[in-house]
Amino acid sequence: MTTTSPATPLTPTPSHTIGPFYGYALPFPGGPDLAPAGHPDTISVHGYVYDGAGDPVQDALIEIWQAAPDGSLDGAPGSMRRDPVTGGFVGRNGIDFTGFGRIATDKDGRWSAHTLPPGARPGHAPYISVCVFARGLLNHLFTRLYFPDQAEANATDPLLSSLDEERRATLVATVEPNRTYRFDIRLQGEGETAFLDFV
Amino acid sequence: MTEISQNDIDKAIAHKREEYLARRAAGAPVENHPQRDYAPYRSSALRHPQQAPVAVNGGDPETVELHTPVFGVSDITEIDSDLTRQHNGEPLGERITVSGRLLDASGRPVRSQLIEIWQANASGRYAHMRDQHPAPLDPNFTGVGRTLTDDEGRYTFTTIKPGAYPWRNHTNAWRPAHIHFSLFGSAFSQRLITQMYFPNDPLFAYDPILQSVTDDKARSRLVAAYDHDLSVPEFSLGYHWDIVLDGPSATWIEEGR
Repeated sequence: MTTTSPATPLTPTPSHTIGPFYGYALPFPGGPDLAPAGHPDTISVHGYVYDGAGDPVQDALIEIWQAAPDGSLDGAPGSMRRDPVTGGFVGRNGIDFTGFGRIATDKDGRWSAHTLPPGARPGHAPYISVCVFARGLLNHLFTRLYFPDQAEANATDPLLSSLDEERRATLVATVEPNRTYRFDIRLQGEGETAFLDFV
Repeated sequence: MTEISQNDIDKAIAHKREEYLARRAAGAPVENHPQRDYAPYRSSALRHPQQAPVAVNGGDPETVELHTPVFGVSDITEIDSDLTRQHNGEPLGERITVSGRLLDASGRPVRSQLIEIWQANASGRYAHMRDQHPAPLDPNFTGVGRTLTDDEGRYTFTTIKPGAYPWRNHTNAWRPAHIHFSLFGSAFSQRLITQMYFPNDPLFAYDPILQSVTDDKARSRLVAAYDHDLSVPEFSLGYHWDIVLDGPSATWIEEGR
């Protein structure tokens, strides 16, 4: 059925904090593993989430969403595939790239994920969209993880080039050995991550 | 450390409300979402950014955040939407049916999209190790549900009415009964996590999390309505709750997935 009636503007439902008890509901096995197992192009992304006192945030939930390596933004179902026999999770099918990952921070305030490098269109740098939820955070926060080894594309990216050096630096991961990138998220204070508002 | 009383929190809530009304009187727009810096909810103190967010123009349809993660029938099982059937026995408590529509800000249905819920049991206890509230766990109730919206954006869950529970924001702090909802739209920028409340709960005024939505009309949209047509004879009481997502929505081509 299609709804063809003229659009009526509605007022949005307010956001609320995710609270402390989402851990048995939202994270799922394979949530951090976007890349098909053993894929030679796999990259690792990881980091810590810190609060305004510099302490790790042990109950944050990170979601990532990104283009496939060919730049496609269609995604695919199957991030949290289920077993109809047991009701449990069977993991991704190892073939499709869903573009979506979900990771709860651990007691060290740390998150990590394994994915494929996102594609990008000309004039834009590749990036991973990051959404942060946490107890104490009444409305989630969006940011982006850009790659330090894409200096040329980063230099002309519309968002990165609109920011001053300090803010810009918070969106660019640091490179580590073995195709690994570190991206810390600081919710408040010194080195506060640049968060985004889509208008 | 000094004890923080409900009276202290009430004053802080009233102060934030006065500030909002003053902003409104000075011509500021309606605030549909909580401000992240909301002192009465003490955990927000060190977890809100101090710098203004960077505005990203949603007019560019190829922006990654204007596309969305997709989910399908392989991501859910049939009993995910019935939280009373996930164990061998019947859970204790008042059975309820919660149903409504997921819409974008233009009133268009969000179709075939994932809705996840989680909640405390009838005694006000979560099946989570960190919840040490001395109320009984129910071996027949976990409190986790998932479903996909239909072509009209409609969802339905069968569950148990959750209990109120104490928390440690201040002395004698109690959360009104609520169900947590996690929602995806047709664009990642519409992502929403929120909580649904039940009508006429006497705890509303005392709860800094609900009161963090300082606009009265906005706050009322978090409260479901009793709906007799949704009540199932001899089985459950019905509640209706529609959800409207904020933020720029995706291009039309993506509809009808």
